[in-house]
Amino acid sequence: MDAREAVLDKYSGRVFKNRKDHIVELDEAGVPKEIASNSRSVPGLMINRGCCYAGCKGVVLGPLRDTVVITHGPIGCGYYTWGTRRNKADAPDGRNFIQYSFSTDMQETDIVFGGMKKLHQAIKEAVEIFQPKAVMICSTCPIGLIGDDINAVAATAEKEFGITCIAYSCEGYKGVSQSAGHHIANNGLMKRVIGSAKDEIPKEKKTFRLNILGEYNIGGDGWEQERILKKIGYEVVAVLTGDGSYEALTHAHTANLNLVQCHRSINYIAEMMKTKYNIDWIKVNFIGIDETIRTLREIADYFDDETIKKRTEEVIAEELEEIAEEREFYRNKLTGKTAGIFVGGSRSHHYQHLLMDFGVKTVIAGYEFAHRDDYEGREVIPDIKLDADSKNIEQITVEPDQQLFHVALDKARFDELRKKNVELEYYKGMFKDMGDGTITIDDFNHYETEKVLEIFKPDIFYSGIKDKYMIMKKGVPSNQLHSYDYSGPYACFKGSITFARNTYLSISTPAWNMMTPPWRTKSTLEGTLGDENYA
Amino acid sequence: MRQVAIYGKGGIGKSTTTQNLNAGLGEMGKKIMIVGCDPKADSTRLILGGLAQQTVLDTLREEGDDVDLDMVLKEGFEGIKCVESGGPEPGVGCAGRGIITSINLLEQLGAYESDLDYVFYDVLGDVVCGGFAMPIREGKAKEIYIVCSGEMMALYAANNISKGIMKYAETGGVRLGGLICNSRNVDGEADLVQAVAKELGTQMIHFVPRDNMVQRAEINRQTVIEFDAKCNQADEYRTLANKIDGNDMFIIPKPLTQDRLEALLMEHGLME
Repeated sequence: MDAREAVLDKYSGRVFKNRKDHIVELDEAGVPKEIASNSRSVPGLMINRGCCYAGCKGVVLGPLRDTVVITHGPIGCGYYTWGTRRNKADAPDGRNFIQYSFSTDMQETDIVFGGMKKLHQAIKEAVEIFQPKAVMICSTCPIGLIGDDINAVAATAEKEFGITCIAYSCEGYKGVSQSAGHHIANNGLMKRVIGSAKDEIPKEKKTFRLNILGEYNIGGDGWEQERILKKIGYEVVAVLTGDGSYEALTHAHTANLNLVQCHRSINYIAEMMKTKYNIDWIKVNFIGIDETIRTLREIADYFDDETIKKRTEEVIAEELEEIAEEREFYRNKLTGKTAGIFVGGSRSHHYQHLLMDFGVKTVIAGYEFAHRDDYEGREVIPDIKLDADSKNIEQITVEPDQQLFHVALDKARFDELRKKNVELEYYKGMFKDMGDGTITIDDFNHYETEKVLEIFKPDIFYSGIKDKYMIMKKGVPSNQLHSYDYSGPYACFKGSITFARNTYLSISTPAWNMMTPPWRTKSTLEGTLGDENYA
Repeated sequence: MRQVAIYGKGGIGKSTTTQNLNAGLGEMGKKIMIVGCDPKADSTRLILGGLAQQTVLDTLREEGDDVDLDMVLKEGFEGIKCVESGGPEPGVGCAGRGIITSINLLEQLGAYESDLDYVFYDVLGDVVCGGFAMPIREGKAKEIYIVCSGEMMALYAANNISKGIMKYAETGGVRLGGLICNSRNVDGEADLVQAVAKELGTQMIHFVPRDNMVQRAEINRQTVIEFDAKCNQADEYRTLANKIDGNDMFIIPKPLTQDRLEALLMEHGLME
C-alpha cells in the first residue's frame, strides 16, 4: 500500500469517493497529474478552511492601512479577524488603522429591523473620528440573509461625506472557502480603486515602476522586498495590499510591471490590469534565497536595462555576503531533514524552495483553498469546469482604457522571456517542483494530517493555529506559516535566515516528544471513523 | 389554556375574523390574549378601538432590557388582552426573526398567565419562512384554523399552509382544527370549501356569510358584536365562537396535489 492509499484506507465509501481525487502522489515520471480542488469540503471532516468574509476582509482588504474596513455584522466576525494575520503596517502620515477592528455590532433588534441605519451611523462615526482615505464595508452572513442594501448605504455615505465608500457582498456562506472572498475583494478594488487617480503614464523616459501584488506583509515580508527592490533602483508604486494604502492603489495603473507573489488571492487583478492598462505581470517568489535571486534577475531581464542588471547583481552579492556565515551554519544543521507544509493557496509552493536552500526536503504539501491552476499550472485553466459554487461568485470583465494604456512589450521579446521560463502572464503551479513519491493533499483535514505524520515522519510540519497543537502533541515540531508565530520577516535573504533559525530551534526542541501523555499508554476513548450513510 | 393560531392567504380576513370570533368568546366569559404576528401591527385594532398600542419589538428597540409587560399588553373589549409583535417597515430587516424574538420575550415577561383560556396568534399571510411558523413550533399553538374562501388562490394558500402544519405536526404536536370560510360570494362556495376540507381530512367549521355590517363595524374600529350586538352577523360570529369552543376534531392534514385541487374547483366551483 503506497502513502496515498494508506491515507485513504480508513475512509468509508462516500468519503473515499470524494477524497480520493484530492490526494495525489507525485513521481518523477513527469506525467501531469490532475487534482480535485476548490470544491465543497466533506461535512464532519475537521478542515482548516476559512469563509468568504475571511478572504475578503481578513486577507485582501484588511491590510490597507489608510482605510477603515467596517465589518457589518455581529461582533464575532470582526473580533476574530482582528490582527490575527499579523499583517504589519506603518504609515508615514499617521493614518494607520490596522490595529483597530471596526464593526456595526449587530444585535437582535438590528437584525429584525434591518441594519442599514446602524451601518450609516458607523460610517459617519468612523469618518469623523479617523478621517480615513476610504471606507470599505464587508458583509457577513446575517446581513446577506436579511438583505440589507449595503450598496445603497455606501452610495449615500459617499455623497454625504465626500469619501470613497465601497460595499462588498462577501457573506461567509458564499463559495466553498476564503478563495471566493479574494475574488470579490479583487473585483471591488479593480472597479473602484485601482487607477482611479487617472494620472498620466510617464512615456518619455524609461521608468522602473513596480506593483507588488499578493504580498500581505505578514511579519514584515513586504518591507524586506521593498528594501531590496529600492536598493536596486526600482520604484514601488503600490503593494497589494500589505502595508498598502488606498492612496497608492489609485496610482497603481502607472506601474510598468506587476509582480505577483500570491497567485491565488490576486491573479484576478493581475489579469484585469493587463487587459485594462496593458501592464504585464510576472509570477515572482521572494521566499527562498535562490528563488529571490531568480526573481530579481528575471525582473531585471524584463526591463533589459544594463544599470538595473548591474545593480541587481551587486545587491545580490551584498545580501549574500551578509548572510553567508549563518546560511552555512543552518545549512549544516538542517540538511537531510524533511518537512510537511500545509497552508493557503501559494505558500506551500513558495516555502519548498526556501527549505531546499537549507537542504530540507518537502515530502508532503497541500493547499487549503487553491484551485487547480495553483497545483497544475495556468495551462489547465481552460479545462477547469466551473461548478455552481464558483458561478455564484461575480466575474467582472474590464475594457482597455485607451488613455491609460501602456506600450506593450515587444512580442518577440515576450516570447524570448517565456522561452527562458520567465513566468510572464503565467504560473507553473506547485506540482512541477515536486516528485519522488511526495504527496499533495488538497483541503487537508486533521485525520489526514495525523496519518501523513505517521507515514512520512517529517522533522517539522508547517501549518496554522488550527492544527499546530494537534501536530505538536503527536511529537512533531510545528511552526505557523500563516502568522509566523510572532516572528518574521521570512522573505528575501535576511528573512531566510530568520526562518532557518526558527526551524532549527523548533527541530532542536522536541519538548512534546519527550513526555508520554496518558493516551499513549492506555486507551481513553473508543469510537469508529466515518459513516457509510453520511448525507 | 388553548393556544390557537390563525393562518390564511393575505387579505382574506384573518384579523377581522379572529377579533370578531374573540369578541364572541369574550362574551362567553373566556379569558383571552391575542398575539398579533404581523409587522403592520393591525391585528388588535378592533378590540382596542384603534392602533394606540406600542409593539413588542418597538419597545424592545427603544427600551433595551427594561421592557415591562404593561408597556406592550393592553386590554380591550370584554377584557381581551392584546399584544402586537410588530416588526420592520416593508423591505428591510427580518420580520420572521422579529416574531421569534417577540414571542420569546412575551414568554420571559410572563404574558402566558395560567388563568388564560385562550391565546390566539394572528399570523401574516402564508408560512413564508421559519419565523412565521414560530407560533406552531416548540409546542406553542396546538390548534390551527385556516381562514379561506371559495376563491382559487385562497384554497391554494390553505393547502400550502397544511403542508407547513404537516411538517410541524410530528415534532411540535400541532393539529388542524378546521377551515373557516369567510365568504366572498363565489359560485358553489360552501360546497367547494367543504370538499377541500374533507380531502384535507378536516372540516369546514363555519361558513361566515358576507355582510356589509363587518365593513361598518371596521370603519368604527369595533368588532361586530360591540358595534351592533343584535345583528345577524354578530350571531354568526357567536356561532363560530361556540363551534371552536366545542371543537374536538384535531387532525394532521393530508395536503392535496395541485391537480386534485384544480379538479375539485372544476367540480364545485362552476355553476352552469
